[in-house]
Amino acid sequence: MTIDLVPIWTLILGLGVFFYVMLDGFDLGVGILFGFAPDTPSRNLIMNSIAPILDGNETWLVLGGVGLLAAFPLAFAIIIPAVYFPIAIMLLALVFRGVAFEFRYRDAEHKTFWDHGFSYGSTIATFAQGLVLGAFIQGFQVDGRHFAGSSFDCFTPFAVVTGLALVFGYALLGAGWLILKTEGELQAFARRAGRYALCGVIVATVAVSIWTPLADADIAQRWFAWPHPLYLAPVPLLTALFALIEWRALSGRYGEAIPFIAALVMFLLCYLGIAISLWPYIVPRSYTLWEAASSPGTQAFLLIGTLTLLPVILLYTGWSYWVFRGKVRHDIGYH
Amino acid sequence: MMLDPLLLSRLQFVWVIAWHILLPAFTVGVASYIAVLEGLYFFTKREAYFRISTFWIRIFSVSFGMGVVSGIIMPFQFGTNWSRYSDATANVLSPLFAYEGLTAFFLEAAFLGVLLFGRSLVPRWMHFFAALMVATGTLLSSFWILAANSWMQTPAGYELINGRFFPKDWSQIIFNPSFPYRLGHTVVGFYVTTAFVVIGVAAWLLRRNRAVTEARSMLSTTLWLLLALVPLQILLGDMHGLNTLEYQPTKLAAIEARWDTGSRVPLTLFALPDQAHETNHLAIDVPVLGSLILTHDPNGTIRGLKEWPRDQRPPVAIPFFAFRIMVGIGLIMLAVVLIGNFMRIGGRLYESRAFLKCCELVAPLGFVAVLAGWTTTEVGRQPWLVYGLLRTSDSVSPSLTGTDVALSFAGYIIAYLIMFPAGGLLMARIIRKGPDGSPAQSPVVGGRPGEPIHALPGSPREDRP
Repeated sequence: MTIDLVPIWTLILGLGVFFYVMLDGFDLGVGILFGFAPDTPSRNLIMNSIAPILDGNETWLVLGGVGLLAAFPLAFAIIIPAVYFPIAIMLLALVFRGVAFEFRYRDAEHKTFWDHGFSYGSTIATFAQGLVLGAFIQGFQVDGRHFAGSSFDCFTPFAVVTGLALVFGYALLGAGWLILKTEGELQAFARRAGRYALCGVIVATVAVSIWTPLADADIAQRWFAWPHPLYLAPVPLLTALFALIEWRALSGRYGEAIPFIAALVMFLLCYLGIAISLWPYIVPRSYTLWEAASSPGTQAFLLIGTLTLLPVILLYTGWSYWVFRGKVRHDIGYH
Repeated sequence: MMLDPLLLSRLQFVWVIAWHILLPAFTVGVASYIAVLEGLYFFTKREAYFRISTFWIRIFSVSFGMGVVSGIIMPFQFGTNWSRYSDATANVLSPLFAYEGLTAFFLEAAFLGVLLFGRSLVPRWMHFFAALMVATGTLLSSFWILAANSWMQTPAGYELINGRFFPKDWSQIIFNPSFPYRLGHTVVGFYVTTAFVVIGVAAWLLRRNRAVTEARSMLSTTLWLLLALVPLQILLGDMHGLNTLEYQPTKLAAIEARWDTGSRVPLTLFALPDQAHETNHLAIDVPVLGSLILTHDPNGTIRGLKEWPRDQRPPVAIPFFAFRIMVGIGLIMLAVVLIGNFMRIGGRLYESRAFLKCCELVAPLGFVAVLAGWTTTEVGRQPWLVYGLLRTSDSVSPSLTGTDVALSFAGYIIAYLIMFPAGGLLMARIIRKGPDGSPAQSPVVGGRPGEPIHALPGSPREDRP
């Protein structure tokens, strides 16, 4: 009798996606806010605040994609073709963003063009990720082991709302990061931008939270059938509490790290909410985690390496953030 | 609808992987070259090695960044366009891709910062060690990706249940029959490609009388190295060919445009293969040489394509010509290397402007050879994605329409036509500055860095009390 590795892989993949959202989320968010920055010196400063960690953050996307393929190949084979265009748009936007990032330093004559490229690239990539999220929550038309719908099915009003939600959400994380890393006028800009983003997040989250159970009876059942509200109620209540904390933190009530941390907690709670809604499905309403899992031999073979290498990777990531702690200043350039 | 999602998906994959493969073809080689230079600097303490290494590290940083960005696109292709391939092979292949990501990617990422900008921040031995680790990372990357590719060419260690592959023996899966030869042939091919870029750049500098000490050292060391690498590559290619003859006879028959089975077969130097009529036009044959080269025996038998049904034959013209381009370039390279080393006698190597010009002209040929070799092996595997077991036409995502793929393909075309010329331009600028240029840490002018400084560990430390 072999050990069931599915829960372990669910946890690893869940953590992987959360790490990606946390890490690339704030630097995409900084890219979104970058377009609204008041002047060139602040734009340079904003860029320097994310420069050292940008490349490392995107490697989580590769690990997320390959991890899904390895742990739940059936989900990969159904979901990825179903979100064909959002994935392509996201990849193209990330490519353009990466090129713009390199070139704004080296091609000073066209700096405005590259600056626009960076902020549009960040915004479009984020919106595309939100479309993927919306399509995922709504579920896919499945026939046997294939996605049976059209590549345009994912462009629904609901997905547009989740797309906007993610743009506001990443912008909020980005604002939290900038408050942590900057001071003076630029920090004041980040606090203002953060409040706008928080309003957007609240509106979009409430919309999604009402829309989802209305559209899906199973999800409504999961949240509202007695006695579920008794132990699920803390999720929305805590989210509301942290939204309040976030608002006060953005206004400067607490420490400079609180806006970023409270935004992360809000993300974690929304993430938990989605997981509660969809459990135990990985292809919503079609395949459970266990049905979509790869063979035990595959999972075991990869687990050996993952459990040895992942902690090292996490330690290294943590260490590189530690090295770059503190405020960015005008006179230090690095990336 | 005229647009065929299968054909367009294949073209899209060709487009994204052909551009992508150019980067590892260069970064794998240059990472090892940098490790060698750092080693030479560490042990001999000659400043020239330090300047040469710093110069190539700058070029490496741009190509590595482009490799990461274009590499992110690759795994998603399997899902978006080849979902049935993913479903069928994931149990066997996905851990290989995942191990590539885990080991190689992060080994590179962890030591890259130290290599690029840690020169003044870490002890010398640690900088050398970081260079070694980055080089190891690029080689491990090649190891896993080529293991996966080789498994698709010569599958082993699996069992097939309801059209899906399941792992039975991981060491057989990884060390499948064609893997050692493909790994050796590809990595040495990458080394040779890089080495030709290095002598091209050195020749360019010498013709302009710039950084003469550094350029001479680059040209001389690399020509010695190539004197070993190019013949080794030809030997490895020959061994790889014997392996293909044994495990992928249809590919070999297509490469040689051999329609009929026979012994004492000729070597066809040139022909216009005619797939429909199963014959060659305008063939130039050398008697018996085909059997001699392919089987190492003048009486050796080569199976012709007519032994297989038409729907199991690869297209012949593409592998036939691609292979000849690769071999032709290999022979040109051998000639350049032999002439160059011969010219050392009497010290004419650095003086002959004709030879230096020739080095500049052949500098990009390695990339062409890599693409040609890759085309030979991938088109030669057709019509299969997993040789003999899973057809390419049965692998494409069933939900895609021709219009879907045409739209995404157009997007990838535009993106790559921006990214690659832009990256090329950056590298050309660095080369024009030469190894006599400024150090890696550009001074910060007027509140913004002149160019991004890939500092990692500890650079702000200087500003902290």
